[in-house]
Amino acid sequence: MSSLNSKIPSGAIDKKWSDYKNHVKLVNPANKRSIDIIVVGSGLAGSSAAASLAEMGYSVKCFCFQDSPRRAHSIAAQGGINAAKNYKNDGDSVYRLFYDTIKGGDYRAREANVHRLAEVSANIIDQCVAQGVPFAREYGGLLDNRSFGGTQVQRTFYAAGQTGQQLLLGAYSALSKEIAKGTVKMYNRHEMMDVVVVNGKARGIIARNLVTGEIERHSAHAVLLCSGGYGNVFFLSTNAMGCNVSAAWKAHKRGAYFGNPCFTQIHPTCIPVSGDHQSKLTLMSESLRNDGRIWVPKKKEDAIAIQQGKKRGNDISEADRDYFLERRYPAFGNLVPRDVASRAAKERCDAGFGVNTTGQAVFLDYADAIERYGRIEATKKNLKDADQATVTSMGMEVVKSKYGNLFDMYMQITGDNPYETPMKIFPAVHYTMGGLWVDYELMTTVPGLYALGEANFSDHGANRLGASALMQGLADGYFVIPYTIGNFLADEIRTGKIPTNTPEFDEAEKAVKDRVSFFLNNKGTKTVDSFHKRLGKVMWDQCGMARNAEGLKRAIAEIRAIREEFWKEVRVPGSDTNYNPELDKAGRVADFLELGELMCLDALHREESCGGHFREEHQTEDGEAKRDDANFSFVSSWQYTGDPGKAELHKENLVYETIKVVQRSYK
Amino acid sequence: MTMTNGMNLTLKVWRQSGPKDSGKLAEYKVSDISPDMSFLEMLDVLNEQLVTGGDDPVAFDHDCREGICGMCSLYINGRAHGPQRAVTTCQLHMRSFKDGDTIYIEPWRAEAFPVIKDLVVDRGAFDRIIQAGGYVSVNTGAAQDANCLPVPKADADKAFEAATCIGCGACVATCKNASAMLFVSAKVSQLALLPQGRVEAEQRVLNMVNQMDEEGFGNCTNTGACEVECPKGISLENIARMNREYLSASLKAE
Repeated sequence: MSSLNSKIPSGAIDKKWSDYKNHVKLVNPANKRSIDIIVVGSGLAGSSAAASLAEMGYSVKCFCFQDSPRRAHSIAAQGGINAAKNYKNDGDSVYRLFYDTIKGGDYRAREANVHRLAEVSANIIDQCVAQGVPFAREYGGLLDNRSFGGTQVQRTFYAAGQTGQQLLLGAYSALSKEIAKGTVKMYNRHEMMDVVVVNGKARGIIARNLVTGEIERHSAHAVLLCSGGYGNVFFLSTNAMGCNVSAAWKAHKRGAYFGNPCFTQIHPTCIPVSGDHQSKLTLMSESLRNDGRIWVPKKKEDAIAIQQGKKRGNDISEADRDYFLERRYPAFGNLVPRDVASRAAKERCDAGFGVNTTGQAVFLDYADAIERYGRIEATKKNLKDADQATVTSMGMEVVKSKYGNLFDMYMQITGDNPYETPMKIFPAVHYTMGGLWVDYELMTTVPGLYALGEANFSDHGANRLGASALMQGLADGYFVIPYTIGNFLADEIRTGKIPTNTPEFDEAEKAVKDRVSFFLNNKGTKTVDSFHKRLGKVMWDQCGMARNAEGLKRAIAEIRAIREEFWKEVRVPGSDTNYNPELDKAGRVADFLELGELMCLDALHREESCGGHFREEHQTEDGEAKRDDANFSFVSSWQYTGDPGKAELHKENLVYETIKVVQRSYK
Repeated sequence: MTMTNGMNLTLKVWRQSGPKDSGKLAEYKVSDISPDMSFLEMLDVLNEQLVTGGDDPVAFDHDCREGICGMCSLYINGRAHGPQRAVTTCQLHMRSFKDGDTIYIEPWRAEAFPVIKDLVVDRGAFDRIIQAGGYVSVNTGAAQDANCLPVPKADADKAFEAATCIGCGACVATCKNASAMLFVSAKVSQLALLPQGRVEAEQRVLNMVNQMDEEGFGNCTNTGACEVECPKGISLENIARMNREYLSASLKAE
């Protein structure tokens, strides 16, 4: 029944990628110059792909909606990037990184892709260091590592709490180098409005210049979507305000299947919602779980007193604190994977032990870490009789050097000082494992159309481990696509320039113009944001951290109703001939209103719990996720049929040749 | 969640329909503003009000809203990114203001940053300066093992501090000469401090400074306002280092 060919090379798992590279078709340098490639998005995947392909000799156009490619949301990633370097001599290896990622993804990722990711991980660190990325170093001048959730080795490279910024600026510098040479033509403040498919192949895009409103046609021999994830379907998420699904969704409507749309990552350590005005949520890096301890009061009366503002975290004695992650998962403690940590926090809050005015928060406490680091510093400095104040102050300095920017951010947003009082955190939507279905070569079901980074579904299964998103974005862009794209483009050397004056471009452009004109002429009464907020609430309540059949069915009906009302009642001010952010938002929300339904449909269909997808009907007696490998060990890949609610399901069965599939346990 | 501390504010906002319009300040009222809102959330409230009333919302740049992408800007009451030090506009919260305040909101003003609309300016000049040399010329795949090249921790830390620049342009906006020296020197310093960047250091500083001049940024007269208003606390030391690099590179080039 499946029409999907994942093109996984044959052979042993650790030979697949090298064999593939040895035999993949190549394009000679002279021919590369006459081949055009479009890259949509300039985050880690987009910048690294555009720069690398241009270095190879291809003629590249890169598009981003921000005012500069350096603004892409990869920049906000905080904690770090994993690589199997084993610099710590703690037993790490390509196999272990591969194994941890498959297990962390709850056995819903494709083995061959994940192994390749682990194989190239070390090259990424080399590349970034060569570019001048200032990773944290030890006193000997060599690179430092730290640990991260879901693993028992220290393999995470970092640059304070802003690793994503430094990696993106590295990729941006590589991209800038190519822009200067003219091998990449950069289009800032441009939004991709549609993919143009000619004779079954992706041959270009329709883009809108967000400053002038001009609709442009761009042709190419291949199109790469590096447009990120769709977490903003929830309205409130840790994504940047502009993050959207539109490029991927337009591709979906043009024939690209959407893989595992319901696999959403809820990140356990975010700053809780403070009020109805909230426009986005802010993540506090998972690296904080290295040293911070998560707890709620043991006694309900204490929790209630805190909720009512009568007590503070510091008022609760040690004996009356419930370090629930350490209690439930002694082997991994505060470092359990994100899905497990998030659900455990929700469980405590639902049981009435939450700690801020809304009851929707748990404590993340640094008092122990400050004490521990302070004692180490005192010992190092030979201050045996240091008083408590000195120890605390030295401990604070260490914590500041490791997490200073995060603590500052927390203080700025909440007005509380986390050096003195425990932080309050709560899970929030952070990342989407689902995305466009791609084969081993990162090609979607539309020939010539590729998806890289968070925009594809491929490497993280049902749950992504911390510090793996940066790894995947850069792996796809620097080390995978430069090889795999040759297999397609080798057959395009005789094609010649793709013309833009064809019926396919006419049709796509007309549809885009019609939609823009609809929005501006629809004299509705409600703002775009008002619809987005309503959609977000439905998604969070019914398709968030816990899902059930009844809620999902209700959500589908509600989303359809909101969508219908949107098209009648939306009001978009301004014109299409100058800068008009409301118009840009309207198009994005229209697409979210369709995607949301598909996510619920996918969640409803997947009658099991795995990773970030928790179906209340499918749990063990102690509340852990219960997978159903016999019936659901596949990638749900959805084909658009004209109505998001009537998408057709194709299954890619997941075959585990190397790893033994077991129930995931972090106890 | 309570709105009991809600503030009523008067906003004087720069409105300019496009690059050719002369622009002027317009007055708006917003009410019931929570001290827990961010400054941009307060502008969201204003825009919802404007759109609902059939008016054109105020255009402003923003994206991550967590102080790292560098997209937000705004000159608030005569200061880049508002009254707090080391804070971007998106991280500025309304608890920094009080009920009854009048707040002036203007775009970055510099010849090299032309206004696109209202509070949105074109900072493409920064990209072009980076393109002039703000990189190490290493192609993908050509790198040696990362630990082959030890870097003294002190140098790595200094390079990192310079590299935390978010490219927002506050330094230019706040400088009476609209100089981009802090921005350019941060990138020059980051790469000059690391062995990887040292190889091309001389050509880099000459090219980047040349591009900076071509873009129409003013010169540096050492007033230090840029350092004070930089949301990431980029140090003036970087400008001193760039001047040294520039001088030495110029002498060698002759």
